[in-house]
Amino acid sequence: MSRYVLPLVAVLTLVVFLVIGLTRGDPRALPSPYIGKPAPEFELPRLKDPSVTVGSEDFAGQVALVNVWATWCVQCRAEHQFLLDLKAQGDIPIYGINWRDTRPEALRWLQQLGDPYIASGFDVDGVVGIDWGVYGAPESFLVSADGVVLYKQLGPLSWEIWERDFVPLIASGGVAQ
Amino acid sequence: MKRLFVLVAAMFVVVPVAAIDTGKAFDDPELQARYEKLISEVRCLKCQNQSIKDSNVFLASDLRREIRRLISEGKTDAEIQDFLVTRYGEFALYRPRTTGKTLVLWLAPFLLVLFGGLAMYRVVRHRMALPIDDVGSKEGAPE
Repeated sequence: MSRYVLPLVAVLTLVVFLVIGLTRGDPRALPSPYIGKPAPEFELPRLKDPSVTVGSEDFAGQVALVNVWATWCVQCRAEHQFLLDLKAQGDIPIYGINWRDTRPEALRWLQQLGDPYIASGFDVDGVVGIDWGVYGAPESFLVSADGVVLYKQLGPLSWEIWERDFVPLIASGGVAQ
Repeated sequence: MKRLFVLVAAMFVVVPVAAIDTGKAFDDPELQARYEKLISEVRCLKCQNQSIKDSNVFLASDLRREIRRLISEGKTDAEIQDFLVTRYGEFALYRPRTTGKTLVLWLAPFLLVLFGGLAMYRVVRHRMALPIDDVGSKEGAPE
């Protein structure tokens, strides 16, 4: 009897790892190395007015949502209504990074669909995107009042995700431990 | 028939045109060699089973551009890898560095061979302890 114990334990261990591997969600989702660390500083020309910049300084001292978007990004369109609703709720300032886009198309997008952002930075060559470790739009970063990345959402936001992952972090003061 | 041949041949002509970064990045062959080695060992985060050398996704070309910039600024390979790991995590490197977090990756194959070897040793020793004539009669070994 005891000779079966070791193989059985080995197989069960393997099964546990396989189940974890198969059920842990999107295998392509990468954890952001910035969680719990200061958000990368950035300064970009504004989408709507290139003579003015938008950057980390604009939301220093307050909890903010930084949303990476582009007009070529289908999922961003799916997410857009949520961002408008979130803006209407008025609890958190939303800043945009318009990633690897063209200005006319991005401006038309905001005009047609509405503009949930306090301002969007125009990251035409993707340099700020790389600094933030962005690899696919939409991505959303929750930044604390002291400039620390609290959470990163890959893919479109929704109220369900917002209530589950963002609200508790914001409620805890938005200040990283 | 000849036309068919030409058409089929034309299909193969298309492939090399899609190649990426055809131009040389550096005049200095030493820098060019470093650049090519670096980009072949960085994962394209958007297309995760390709290196940024083999991908023409814009994120890969952005990363190649950043690596060219860092090389021309005189950064070392280690500094460039740090640049990528800070932003995208260890996963960005195809050849993970030996740190506390990635140590298990490097040790796992050796541990598996060790456990396998131990198991095999036990099985073989167990078989050797069996009476020889028992084995012989079943296998029909020659006298």
